[in-house]
Amino acid sequence: MNNSSLIESVTARFPGAVKASHAWRGDATMVLRGEFLLEVARYLKEDPALQMNFLMDLSAVDYSTFGKKPAPAFFASSGVALKPSSQIPDEDPWPGPPDRSRFAVVYHFFSMAHKHRLRLVVPVEEAPDGTVEGTVGRVDSLTDLWPGANWLEREVWDMFGIGFRGHPDLKRILMYEGFEGHPLRKDYPVNKRQPLIGPVN
Amino acid sequence: METTAARTDRAELETRDMLLNIGPAHPAMHGIIRIVAKLDGEEIEEAEVEIGYLHRGFEKMAEVVDYNGVIPYTDRLNYVSPLINNMGYCMTVEKLLGISVPERCHYVRVIMAEISRITDHLTCVGATTMELGAMTAFLYMIKAREFLWDLVEEVTGARLTVTYCRVGGVKADLPEDFEEHCRKAFEETRKVLAEVEGLLKRNRIFTDRMNGTGVISAEDAISYGITGPFLRASGADYDVRKDCPYAVYDRLSFDVPVGTRGDNMDRFLVRMEEMEQSMRIVEAALRDIPPGPVLVSPDTGRPIPAAEMVDLAKMGKIAAITGGCAVACPTLEGSGRDRHPSIATDEKRVFLPPKEDGYGNIEGLMQQFKLVMHGHGVRPPKGEVYFPVEGANGELGFYVVSDGAGSPYRVRVRPPCFAIMSALSKLLTGDMIADMIPTFGSVNMIGGELDR
Repeated sequence: MNNSSLIESVTARFPGAVKASHAWRGDATMVLRGEFLLEVARYLKEDPALQMNFLMDLSAVDYSTFGKKPAPAFFASSGVALKPSSQIPDEDPWPGPPDRSRFAVVYHFFSMAHKHRLRLVVPVEEAPDGTVEGTVGRVDSLTDLWPGANWLEREVWDMFGIGFRGHPDLKRILMYEGFEGHPLRKDYPVNKRQPLIGPVN
Repeated sequence: METTAARTDRAELETRDMLLNIGPAHPAMHGIIRIVAKLDGEEIEEAEVEIGYLHRGFEKMAEVVDYNGVIPYTDRLNYVSPLINNMGYCMTVEKLLGISVPERCHYVRVIMAEISRITDHLTCVGATTMELGAMTAFLYMIKAREFLWDLVEEVTGARLTVTYCRVGGVKADLPEDFEEHCRKAFEETRKVLAEVEGLLKRNRIFTDRMNGTGVISAEDAISYGITGPFLRASGADYDVRKDCPYAVYDRLSFDVPVGTRGDNMDRFLVRMEEMEQSMRIVEAALRDIPPGPVLVSPDTGRPIPAAEMVDLAKMGKIAAITGGCAVACPTLEGSGRDRHPSIATDEKRVFLPPKEDGYGNIEGLMQQFKLVMHGHGVRPPKGEVYFPVEGANGELGFYVVSDGAGSPYRVRVRPPCFAIMSALSKLLTGDMIADMIPTFGSVNMIGGELDR
């Protein structure tokens, strides 16, 4: 299935779920409303025409400083390749960050039978008090559909502090238990040091 | 075989579960994994796997350096096959930029990636057998790895942290007599592989420990996102090189070995066969590689060492260097002006100029300067791309988000052995405590890529 028919079939099945879609550089992408995530993921996995049996990757992006880095005026035109490659599709423009919300959880699915890939983006709103953590979580966990999502979601929690609803054991994975903050957030300074505490027994 | 009587005896015995902590400072855990196993006698009832001991913040660091500056960090992901990481990252950024590289460059990358894959499999199989007590096989395989690392050193100038690929090309072309050296190294490697296979394949101790341990079905492996040799040993024939071909893999013929039982033995056999297939790919690629537009060298004058040329230019002695050809330092061999068009994309805003130009004329100097100065380097358009390559452990994907600035906004690596490690607890449960060693060995856990 090609990119446009992939996007079309999901949009037709869940008319209210898809906020935006594009296929920039040939990567089919859909921005979803969070409440539809589980249904859409189940549909992607079980529909015989889609058969997305792999959850290849699950990560997140903190869009809070997107485009805010001062850019030098010279090379302002860069980004436009002089000789665009014919092998890399370039039909759709990239619509920009998915939403006004701070975070986006990004899923990459792959179908072994049909060899197609799909990216789902779920924007995650930051709570008014500046946190997205909490016992409730903001995004549905996919651990019931793909057990591999377990560790990937733990990593997103560890690095971004985004909680997952229904995750069996949401705790830090790469950082240690006593670590404060979430290192891949843009407001976490890259050179910040914390005392290293051994694993808690 | 257990008799019924023995079983009833055991049922009457009062047993208590034992909690055993293995690692992180345990040689078989490679120093960075901790497994807390709940044991019933020798059987593992539950295993909790703890990772993160080698976390160095790759993804965070990638956000503060420029696009080419990430490449040395990618060397340290899977440090046994760094060339595949280089290739994956560079191809992702090229997709983001929308540029392509010359065909010869694709072939060079494929050749180096496949040599890396062999070194990776040699290390994995060698280390596993060593942990099972077969020191001889390990030493033989490390010997073979040495031949291949000599090749890598010849091309890249380094053995481990190679930093060979660049966004839009590679550092330097293959050296003159590479094909001949490659043929010799493969001859030696094939000898070693035959020897090791003879030592291990029907070795009673080895087969008893590998057969039927660490079994995982294809469905389970897929649900955990496992790819690569680990998945193929379970019977699913997913290989990024075949199914989503990149570079020039669709033009090279090779087979994808597939196992049936999904146990440690199958994973060993799949890896052994993949090494042979990788050698086939390299041989075919060396046969098909286009000669590349090697320009006529403008040696009208005598070659001048680059530093001397700079000094002369500073003193205004332009006449002395006019028409001269700068000789860059020997580690830059193969990246000269004559080779440049065949290894680098024809895009001035992405790739550094040849050294002679950087030292010898103002246009080259400006190009070099603008690319190297912070904030002026490679600047892709705003966007996000995901690009997978077949790493030695499975699908190695890079997801790069750009906001149009000189450094990546976000770089995410999909490390293949992260998925396998997340299934490790399931793999170990139900097996004996001694089976942990071959199972963990066949995972080919590489700390750099697992913890990033």
